[in-house]
Amino acid sequence: MLKYLSPNKIFKISSVAQKYVFILFIIVLTIGLLEALVFSPEDYKQSDSVRIMYVHVPAAWISLSIFSLIGFLSIGNLIFKNKNFSIIAKSIAPSGFVFNIVALVTGSIWGKPTWGTFWAWDARITSMLILSIFYLLYILSWRIFDKKNNPEKISSYIALVGMINIPIIKFSVEWWTTLHQPSSVNLLSKTSIHPSMMKPLLIMTAAFALFSILIFLMKYNTEMIRIKNKGLDRL
Amino acid sequence: MIIEYLVMNGYGIYVWPAFLFTMFSFATLYAIIKSQLVREQKRFEYKFNKLNVSKSSVATNQKLLKEILDNTAASKI
Repeated sequence: MLKYLSPNKIFKISSVAQKYVFILFIIVLTIGLLEALVFSPEDYKQSDSVRIMYVHVPAAWISLSIFSLIGFLSIGNLIFKNKNFSIIAKSIAPSGFVFNIVALVTGSIWGKPTWGTFWAWDARITSMLILSIFYLLYILSWRIFDKKNNPEKISSYIALVGMINIPIIKFSVEWWTTLHQPSSVNLLSKTSIHPSMMKPLLIMTAAFALFSILIFLMKYNTEMIRIKNKGLDRL
Repeated sequence: MIIEYLVMNGYGIYVWPAFLFTMFSFATLYAIIKSQLVREQKRFEYKFNKLNVSKSSVATNQKLLKEILDNTAASKI
């Protein structure tokens, strides 16, 4: 399994895959935007403001998934001392951070017509804000600490501490009384969203996932070339 | 009809900024990551072209360097 995660294998795949992922992303995003803004019906209660869901929910899902992945890769890095795990984690962090910000900002915009306020110190919103702080700390740890201070280890510990926040975000709407509604889409129980709204939601999620893959491929290649540039200096 | 669609029952002032902010964030992140990649590729080409023949042959024997060389315009291959 680990041999498929070797840097030159991933570099080879990512160099070729970038343009195909980009084309696929543009196609899926165009279909998703048409579905979300034109073809999907308005909500009987929220009217057209429900369309914000098609960017807010996928952004939140992917931002949480990416941080969870960073956490697991950090555990892998600390246990197996595999530097490639930390480079993969470092390469997926920027898109995770941007999705986190998108979820916070679009959620805030959605809050105004729905709750009458742009911001509330509600458990779900506050825990998402804390996640963005962990993302920022994780990204900054790579920039602030130099080789001598072992940034791989420091960033891994930041990700591990941040992992504690993931179940808090997930269950915050059940543990506390919040303004934020409970999740409407469940993998294990019945989903309360109508299929006409589920379709654009899933297409936009696929588009956002493709975008995060595209950013990962580009960032991973950048990191690999940066390492090799340092290697050329030593030759 | 177009105005009616853009207004979205009065919710257009919320819906459009949410979508525009998302697309702007995507475009900005893509531009930043792309510029970082191009900068590192250019730096690699410059450094590789400065190597003498013996050092460049040592470098080209490394697997990952071969992959990078295949994807950049360094001229010693």
